[in-house]
Amino acid sequence: MSIQQDFQEHVDYEELMNCTRCGFCLPACPTYLHTDGNEASSPRGRIALMKAVADGRKEPDEEVEAQLQECLGCRACEPACPSGVPYGQLLEQARTVIEKHKKHSLPVKVLRGATFGWMFLSQKRMNRVHQMRRLYEKTPLQQLMRRTNAFALLPGEAAVMEKVIPKAVPASRIRSVPKQEKAETTEQINVAFFRGCLMSTMFAETNENTRYVLRRSGCNIVHPEAQECCGALHAHGGEEERAKALARQNIEAFEAVEADVIISNAGGCGAALKDYPFLLRDDPEFKERAKVFAEKSMDVSTLLDRLDLPPMQYDAEVVTYQPSCHLENVMKEKGHVESLLRGIEGVSYTAMPQKEQCCGSAGIYNLIQPKMAMRILDRKMKDVSLTRASVIITSNPGCLLQMKAGIEREGLSGEVRAEHIMDFTAEAIRRAEKEAATSV
Amino acid sequence: MLQPEVKDALIHVLGKAYIADTEEQRIAYSYDGTPGFSAEPDAVVRPGSTQDVQEVVKICRQYGVPIVPRGSGTNLCAGTTPTYGGVVMVFTRMKDILEVDQENLTMTVQPGVTTLEIVQRAEAEGLFYPPDPSSMKISTIGGNINENSGGLRGLKYGVTKDYVLGLEAVMSDGSCIRTGGKLAKDVAGYDFTKLLTGSEGTLGIVTEAVLKLVPPPPVKKTMLALYPSMEYAAASVSGIIASKIIPATLEFLDQPTMEAVEAYAQVGLPVEAGALLLIEQDGEEELVDRHMAQMKEVCEKNHAFSVKMAASAEEAAALTEARRSALTALARRRPTTMLEDATVPRSKIAEMVRFIEKTAAAHQVEICTFGHAGDGNLHPTCMTDVRDQEEMARVEAAFEDIFAEAVRLGGTITGEHGVGEMKSPYLAWKLGESGVVAMKAVKQALDPDNIMNPGKLFAGDTRNRVSLGGDR
Ligand SMILES: Cc1cc2nc3c(=O)[nH]c(=O)nc-3n(C[C@H](O)[C@H](O)[C@H](O)COP(=O)(O)OP(=O)(O)OC[C@H]3O[C@@H](n4cnc5c(N)ncnc54)[C@H](O)[C@@H]3O)c2cc1C
Ligand code: SF4
Ligand code: SF4
Repeated sequence: MSIQQDFQEHVDYEELMNCTRCGFCLPACPTYLHTDGNEASSPRGRIALMKAVADGRKEPDEEVEAQLQECLGCRACEPACPSGVPYGQLLEQARTVIEKHKKHSLPVKVLRGATFGWMFLSQKRMNRVHQMRRLYEKTPLQQLMRRTNAFALLPGEAAVMEKVIPKAVPASRIRSVPKQEKAETTEQINVAFFRGCLMSTMFAETNENTRYVLRRSGCNIVHPEAQECCGALHAHGGEEERAKALARQNIEAFEAVEADVIISNAGGCGAALKDYPFLLRDDPEFKERAKVFAEKSMDVSTLLDRLDLPPMQYDAEVVTYQPSCHLENVMKEKGHVESLLRGIEGVSYTAMPQKEQCCGSAGIYNLIQPKMAMRILDRKMKDVSLTRASVIITSNPGCLLQMKAGIEREGLSGEVRAEHIMDFTAEAIRRAEKEAATSV
Repeated sequence: MLQPEVKDALIHVLGKAYIADTEEQRIAYSYDGTPGFSAEPDAVVRPGSTQDVQEVVKICRQYGVPIVPRGSGTNLCAGTTPTYGGVVMVFTRMKDILEVDQENLTMTVQPGVTTLEIVQRAEAEGLFYPPDPSSMKISTIGGNINENSGGLRGLKYGVTKDYVLGLEAVMSDGSCIRTGGKLAKDVAGYDFTKLLTGSEGTLGIVTEAVLKLVPPPPVKKTMLALYPSMEYAAASVSGIIASKIIPATLEFLDQPTMEAVEAYAQVGLPVEAGALLLIEQDGEEELVDRHMAQMKEVCEKNHAFSVKMAASAEEAAALTEARRSALTALARRRPTTMLEDATVPRSKIAEMVRFIEKTAAAHQVEICTFGHAGDGNLHPTCMTDVRDQEEMARVEAAFEDIFAEAVRLGGTITGEHGVGEMKSPYLAWKLGESGVVAMKAVKQALDPDNIMNPGKLFAGDTRNRVSLGGDR
């Protein structure tokens, strides 16, 4: 099939037509704003390019591909759209077709195959890669790499990124998650925990803290053994078939356990889970099951906002919050992180201007489009500094790394820190407990 | 494609970075918010100053290349589709607020500033810029001025032209003129400020504007009234005006629109509702309270079966939800949404809404109507599919009937969206032949080579219909 035909068949033409070209999405789009208002870098422009390809007006050439690559996939354009155009879905469809027809150079092919096809498809392999990272950190290799500035040779901001990724925790701790955990206060709800491939390895500590907060908030937790990566990176990267396989496996894994809700603690993963009904829309066996699964899924902050929470406290911290785009624009769960923060004694929450604008991390965007990502980040850090906050809270690992990178770039490491909301909340609970223990 | 020497000349003035003629750019600047219209330019130019604009105009004039000035391309009249190719000129590098003058209550801006930025800056300075087209988050002041855009506050505060005090514009020979100024009074010759305002880029290129600001109203209150039929809602509108109250907002939805809103958003509109009025008043608190009470009485007297007054900002937001989601609710129904703006004297609203309903039924098309009840500016909105030629023919026929009826009732074919290419075949219906001839004479005098947004306003052919307007 020619790529044009493929485009016509797989990119939803009705939805391309649903774009009335009103332009309401333009002011929400970071790439439009950061290109000084280049129409082609806007959602409306990208939809027009997709339509031009589907209409046979334009070859799906490098120009089209470059525009689709430059898009963050932050989906801020969706809530802004009065016509309800599902831009994110169109983007994934278009990327999938282009990906399928693309002749990658050999090294890129090997790398894509390894990351999408091998590593992220299996939790076991993620664990193994993680151990290699730990080895890297424990041996002189890291020192060598850092000292020789070898990262300067890597694309984009890999050097900064290398500094900000969290220290790997020992593999034993990753594997030691029990199958079931009991609530440590009055039982309120049964949750199934979506661990996430990155969250359970690189961010294992955040997962531990999330579980702690849940237990302290009256949640019984089950951890379905057979769960895998959510498939978000595959879907966004145009690897739809692989994303579908992961989705089916996760649905089965969670059907095997009893729970009221399915919890994730990364906006990027949660959004992927919520998108399963769309991903599996043509799968008669899984279509309905995906809907049930998606309805049960929610971000941990949304759940906690509904529960009675234990006491939480800090000694005077000014915090601000960089929302996860996917949490707000795709999961459409808004305001819960802020509400959690407001519930912590001693914390004063200050909203940053334009907080709904993507921070530029967008999955692996900052590695593929380093220039645009850093332009966006630098702007973001200006907004952060206006809040005078000493802590930037995030709700997604990508955002967390990006904010840490921003802090490094601005040379603010001593003064400002970035934390995942669950790490911050867990610490607040611990502090309140310590305080209670010493005061009696 | 531009001739190589034109392109070279443009590169020479602007620099390579600010002229683009790639396929991507030509596609991205081929459309605006108007369904069914598009045409590709040969290139896109991004001037950074008035001088740049002048140089570009001189080159274009020399080679006879059309210039299409473009803000954010949100107009609904095919005003920025480059009918005859040429260069699209965008103002993304000319988007500064140059000055806020607290003594004269003016703001001086470049054409690429968005309406929202103007509103917010005015607010930050403790002042108020009232024109508020629904597209204000993205529309530019250059576009607002050239369409003479209205908004929800039109009835009480007027429209864009009431806030333009002076302009700097580049004319088709490359010269630059300044009109008006920071003046409340100025009768030195023809009023070129008003002439350029609403000229849709066909007479000159606006490169700077002096806007009027006013003191902000201290409070605003919101009320929602539901009626069994459009006639009662219309009677309320007349009743409110007759009691010498000019509300800040007076918006209506007709029954089919409410049905669509309810199906889409379940905001709790009862099925028996035949019309809805959204009423807002602003000003001094005491006066606002008095007006709201009086208007409530008028609504109840005119058979409103529910009148709700918002007690808080959240409640006000809930009441405005139906009006705000109207367009979305309609847009989701079919692939193509045509938002029109036929306008009638406000005393004729109910009659016009009924006519639209009948016309839609007669032509078997789906049209819902909402809009600005206070100033008679209706938005009959047609849900259709541009790919279905047979249906599109019926849609066009229905709209022709609607335009004709609007003119017959003493109204106009467009209240705020402009003529552009889309409505040009109907211009004579409103103006009459001699009206069009007079306007063409102005165009001919100021743009003899027809390089300024050609193909807009004036049609090759007027739709055949007995002329109803201007000619006497
Ligand atoms: C969903 C929706 C809702 C809308 N609601 C309203 C509403 O409530 N009220 C209303 O009045 N309109 C409304 N509009 C129409 C439109 O938004 C307005 O006409 C707006 O003023 C256009 O601004 P723009 O920056 O997009 O201009 P464009 O569409 O880019 O241009 C409009 C016209 O101005 C000319 N132009 C632009 N800049 C210059 C310049 N510097 N010099 C000379 N000519 C120039 C163009 O050639 C064109 O003829 C709406 C549109 C949409 C899509
Ligand atoms: S997903 Fe984000 S970057 Fe992409 S078009 Fe939408 S708003 Fe712009
Ligand atoms: S807001 Fe929606 S309909 Fe409007 S241009 Fe953007 S995608 Fe198209």
